[in-house]
Amino acid sequence: MAADSDSRPVTIRVEAVEHTFGGDDPAHHVRALDRISLEVFHGEMLCLIGPSGCGKSTLLNVIGGMFTPSSGRALIDGEPITRPMPAKIAYMFQESTLLPWATVLENIMVGLEFQGVAKPEREPRARVALATVNLQDFAAHFPDQLSGGMKQRVSLARALSLGTEILLMDEPFASLDEQTRMVFGEDLSQMLATTRKTIVFVTHSLAEAVFLADRVAVFTARPGSIKEIMTIDEPHPRGPDFMTTDRFARLRNSLYAQLRDEIRKAMREQQVPSTID
Amino acid sequence: MNQTTTSRLIQAGFVAAVLLTWVLVTSTGLINPIFLPNPVDVMEELGQMIADGSLWADLTITLFELVLAYTAAVVSGTLIGFAVSTTRWSTRVFEPLFAAFFAIPIIVFYPLTVLYFGLGPESKIVHGGMFGFFPIALNTITGFATVDRRLLLLAASMGASPKQRFVRILFPAALPIMITGYRMGFILTFLSIIGSESIASLAGLGHRIVWYAEALETPKMFAYIVIVVLLATLLNTIVAALELRRRGA
Repeated sequence: MAADSDSRPVTIRVEAVEHTFGGDDPAHHVRALDRISLEVFHGEMLCLIGPSGCGKSTLLNVIGGMFTPSSGRALIDGEPITRPMPAKIAYMFQESTLLPWATVLENIMVGLEFQGVAKPEREPRARVALATVNLQDFAAHFPDQLSGGMKQRVSLARALSLGTEILLMDEPFASLDEQTRMVFGEDLSQMLATTRKTIVFVTHSLAEAVFLADRVAVFTARPGSIKEIMTIDEPHPRGPDFMTTDRFARLRNSLYAQLRDEIRKAMREQQVPSTID
Repeated sequence: MNQTTTSRLIQAGFVAAVLLTWVLVTSTGLINPIFLPNPVDVMEELGQMIADGSLWADLTITLFELVLAYTAAVVSGTLIGFAVSTTRWSTRVFEPLFAAFFAIPIIVFYPLTVLYFGLGPESKIVHGGMFGFFPIALNTITGFATVDRRLLLLAASMGASPKQRFVRILFPAALPIMITGYRMGFILTFLSIIGSESIASLAGLGHRIVWYAEALETPKMFAYIVIVVLLATLLNTIVAALELRRRGA
């Protein structure tokens, strides 16, 4: 299918992105990203996987326009990204980033307000987004009244309500228990099948990457570069039966084989502060 | 019976026990009424003060000082605290400085304040304002400096303008810590005004308490103490109610 996917329109293009942390003092320099180039096709789910500190979150932030890399650039629909583009990109973070003083509904509405949606449109759009994650009955609840899984569903609803073409997800399920993660994964796969969103998804989980991704980009240990891109040729929506197939196990194992050496390398360098990722 | 009712009953019981002991001790003649007057006499004095209007002059002065001092503390503490919190550098410089000042018993500056501003309400307002300023400024700094960075990142990703960022994220995130500062500031301002009135002044509730103590007119003195206690209870209830409403409970 590789030849076929190459003909699809490119939504995100990363061109030779390189980044070094540490500011003015060369002694504290840490090279985080090493000339990364990749393409994300329209309607594709691309997973970034790699050892801790390999710079996958950094790359996600470059794509999101949250900061400027030392060199290289990222483009969306051919346009260089220099700052956040709320009309095109929505973010979902690892832990719940809901405002604790606002209700579930208000949390979604505030995103629409930031994005510049007219006031009368905010509430109906927020309610529609809540319904897509099956939380319409919790509109008036406060975040601390919800479970971890429900909070992340609200975060997803907030990201979806923005109606962007691109969704950047930074380990959104990392703080959830395994069962919740699996259900979440199925829902996300279902969503991929119906809406053609372009998603870049950072994860630490091999199974999650294989289950969700159309392609998986495997990162090397720091400074992060792309070691290999693996294609998972299985149509969405993917169900629990996909997870029990031999093919799933083989894909997961070959992904692990790719990652093993890099994880060992990263472990050897553990004295380097791992605040980068 | 739920827990709230139980704790309310215990609190009411405690106050009743104190009053009952007061009545018992004074009516048995165990204690010289100059040291501890009978509550009935105190209530009579209180009624008298209200009836002839002598209470109002002192009460108005104390409240006037309190309102001005506290307003000054809230406005200056909030503005300066916020200004300091806006950069990491100024937080590093001023936060320890304010904390050090806050640790000094500011009362040592009171004679100086009287020297500069006289015995009238001005010295009480300046002194009370100084007392209230530090906890408010310090908590404002902490409130704004400890806002969850991820919320700001999120706001940036959704395209929040600087104004939206402040109104929707920074301010509500800092508010609970700021409210604690406002409460502490209020208690300290009130305390320092009553205290400074009783040290050197011409009028006010604190002034009157010392005045009658020195004249050995303890029933009158106790009547003023009762007023201060009631005032403190009332103001504390108002502040606590405001705090509760803010929480949106």
